[in-house]
Amino acid sequence: MLVLLGIAVVVIGFIARFNPLLVIMAAALVTGIAGGLGPVETIEAFGKAFNDNRYITVVWLVLPVIGLLERYGLQERARILVAKMRGATTGRILTAYFVLRQISSALGQTKLGGHPQMVRPLVAPMAEAAAETRYGALPDKVRWRIRAHSAAADNIALFFGEDIFIAIASILLIKGFLEQNGIIVQPLDLSKWAIPTAIVALVIHGARMLWLDRGLVRELGEPAPAQPAAEVAR
Amino acid sequence: MITLEWVYVVAGLTFAAFGILSLRDPENPKRLKNAAFWGVLAVSFLFGSYLGDLGNGLLVIVLVLLAGIGGLGQGKPPTTTPEERLASAQQRGDRLFLPALIIPVTALLGTLVLAKLEFGGAKLIDAKDPTLVALALGVVLALAVGAAWLRPPLLAPLQEGRRLMDAVGWAGVLPQMLASLGAVFALAGVGEVIGRLISEYVPLDTRFLAVTTYCVGMALFTIIMGNAFAAFPVITAAVGLPFVVQRYGGDPAIVCAIGMLAGFCGTLCTPMAANFNVVPANLLELPDRNSPLNGVIRAQIPTAVPLLVANILLMYFLAFRF
Repeated sequence: MLVLLGIAVVVIGFIARFNPLLVIMAAALVTGIAGGLGPVETIEAFGKAFNDNRYITVVWLVLPVIGLLERYGLQERARILVAKMRGATTGRILTAYFVLRQISSALGQTKLGGHPQMVRPLVAPMAEAAAETRYGALPDKVRWRIRAHSAAADNIALFFGEDIFIAIASILLIKGFLEQNGIIVQPLDLSKWAIPTAIVALVIHGARMLWLDRGLVRELGEPAPAQPAAEVAR
Repeated sequence: MITLEWVYVVAGLTFAAFGILSLRDPENPKRLKNAAFWGVLAVSFLFGSYLGDLGNGLLVIVLVLLAGIGGLGQGKPPTTTPEERLASAQQRGDRLFLPALIIPVTALLGTLVLAKLEFGGAKLIDAKDPTLVALALGVVLALAVGAAWLRPPLLAPLQEGRRLMDAVGWAGVLPQMLASLGAVFALAGVGEVIGRLISEYVPLDTRFLAVTTYCVGMALFTIIMGNAFAAFPVITAAVGLPFVVQRYGGDPAIVCAIGMLAGFCGTLCTPMAANFNVVPANLLELPDRNSPLNGVIRAQIPTAVPLLVANILLMYFLAFRF
């Protein structure tokens, strides 16, 4: 029971808004010591895991490329592209990205999206530009909401698309777990049962993204007539 | 053979460059701390394989203290003005998208083609992790193309990279830290204790209660751990297999497949899933990025909750029929 103290440290630490890195380190020490590991052993276990998990942080290698292209106007270009599209709305752009991301994930191509590679340089600026083209300058609150929804679209499409692919980590984890318990299943038996949830996710979240457009109308009034692209592509 | 270790060296050199450039940034009042933070991270990437477990553990503690006490600053690397960017975007046109597309296309080709290439019997890429090696190759290729076409100042890619890295800040190592915490939780047996508590204290008298407990348990434990993969073996061993499958006769493939997806509904609701929920809030510079319920999580909860209900119903109506 004492090992659950670490979870309490995490919850309290996050709510009290201590720096999450400090909270995690404290939770690891409390959990390790409560679990009978001893402080030095706990630090060793954490150090080994940190070293083994370096691959997670490798994703930041893309930042110099994205930053360089931003320097030469990548976000502005994404905005110009949207301003030229007739009928582009925030909700429709996010829904289109959602569908593409879900399909490519279902085919195993989970690396074709992501927050540093796609959402920050392209998806969020496009979603914002669609609203700007219609309503002019956006209040900050609306801008933050559109950005948050851009990140959400990427996450939800990925989570409820990738399991349809047979060789994704979670499917292999399930297969391995069942095998240890003497149950043999084929990856396809697992992945096909991810399809119903994927469809429900598309329906629920697709509807919410399109409702986002209605919320914009309610808050910002009826769309203004189209403006020249250069003016809105700030 | 190109292995993950090569990628770590490239990443280590990049973080080292962020550190050195931070040191020389007079606009950042905390430039020494920024330099030390990215420098220590560079040491981890360059030499982590030789430091031993205790050495790596102490390194992490230094990293945590640097960021945790007083936080990091935000540098102001030299970059272009909004007007220059707009002019460049109009002049260069849609071709600006091409270098950005090199990275995913290389990652795609890397997994499909490069991973199978052999030279004199040795594989070109370590087959265990072709995507990350391909990602790094894609970055190098995109930088080469970008530099040849755009002719930026020599240090511009690193300075622009540092601009974005500073926007993310210490949250950049948060996912790696949380994964390590998960490892300590596993070692200390946290999962087993939670599993025992659920099966002892939650009534599982009917098929529907068992399914609901399993799905909600997956979501809740994922919220705590930040990771459905960590929750899955624990909750499935405690509730999914013994009750939903064995006592009530659910199909194990359907129960496990949908159970994992119920866990993903939890992932959408928690700051512990840092790479999905906290990192983008930083990248998109949301003002509430450090709140436990930041804008990204608030945008996701209204989808996560009905989707969890849908998973419960799908499992209930499918698992006992097929």
